[in-house]
Amino acid sequence: MLQVATDPMHQFQVTRLFDLHIGGVDISFTNSALFMVIGVLLIIGFFAWALSRPQTVPSRKQSLAEIWYGFVAGIVKDVNHEDGKPFVPLVFTIFSFIFVANMLGMLPNAFTSTSHIVVTGTMAIFTFLLVVVIGVWKNGFKFLKVFVPSGVPWYILWFVVIIEIFSFLSRPLSLGMRLFANMLGGHVALKVFAGFVPQLILGLGFIGGAMATVLVMPLVIGVTALELLVAFLQAYVFAILTCVYLNDALHPGGH
Amino acid sequence: MEGLNLIAAGLACVAMAGAGIGVGTIFGNYLQAAIRNPSAAQAQFGNLIFGFAVTEALGIFGFAIALILIYAPPG
Repeated sequence: MLQVATDPMHQFQVTRLFDLHIGGVDISFTNSALFMVIGVLLIIGFFAWALSRPQTVPSRKQSLAEIWYGFVAGIVKDVNHEDGKPFVPLVFTIFSFIFVANMLGMLPNAFTSTSHIVVTGTMAIFTFLLVVVIGVWKNGFKFLKVFVPSGVPWYILWFVVIIEIFSFLSRPLSLGMRLFANMLGGHVALKVFAGFVPQLILGLGFIGGAMATVLVMPLVIGVTALELLVAFLQAYVFAILTCVYLNDALHPGGH
Repeated sequence: MEGLNLIAAGLACVAMAGAGIGVGTIFGNYLQAAIRNPSAAQAQFGNLIFGFAVTEALGIFGFAIALILIYAPPG
């Protein structure tokens, strides 16, 4: 009982909700998949509800949806200017999915699907491949200019090119690892601090434990507030990096 | 060997100190500049987050190496 209550890694356990094997491939429906489906349904449901009767002068619920969409459109406009317009829905989807998945993970007993590298890595590799495909499709061989920044003296250029190649190839790794590591680390810290409470009660008895808990509680609330900030910030960072990488695909060598 | 891997994993976390210095420098300088010229601060917020993310990636690479050393140790 205490083991489950205080083990900080227990919350990341992926469990099968029902088994499903097709052709020897295990595609069982897990709690991770369940929370991703809940997240997607929440987003679709919210926007369907908020934009059910759109008006020129928006109602409160419509404003909320417009602020959300306008925020993401603002990111794309800041980074990609006018060229980024076709990518607003893509960045909006990525941002909303990560944001809602992170926020769902903050609920007690909920599963954080973004705390698994399978999920974040898939999104990162998708973004990386998209950038390469769009870059080659729009620029052809000129896309290789992404490795050759303009305005660098020739005697140092060869070295800069090597660094640029490595930094380009490490993008999917850092993009996926950042979200995964932040969600994992944050939730472990949250659980460790929360785990002080049952340990104090076991160690000091009920009365002493309850009194000590009063001291621990502000700390736990503070860490929870910080986690809420991180949940938003990581979705924002993922969206802004997607925009920056897309900018490389649209204008290679322009940085 | 098992113990050495754990020590190495701990040492890999030194990368986080560097990332901490870098992230602190970025936010500190942003705050300083934002106080000097608050009207220009909002326009640079995207750059701030981008610099933060790129700097933080180096700390995360250290974390990745620590994970590899613990869960998939070489040899």
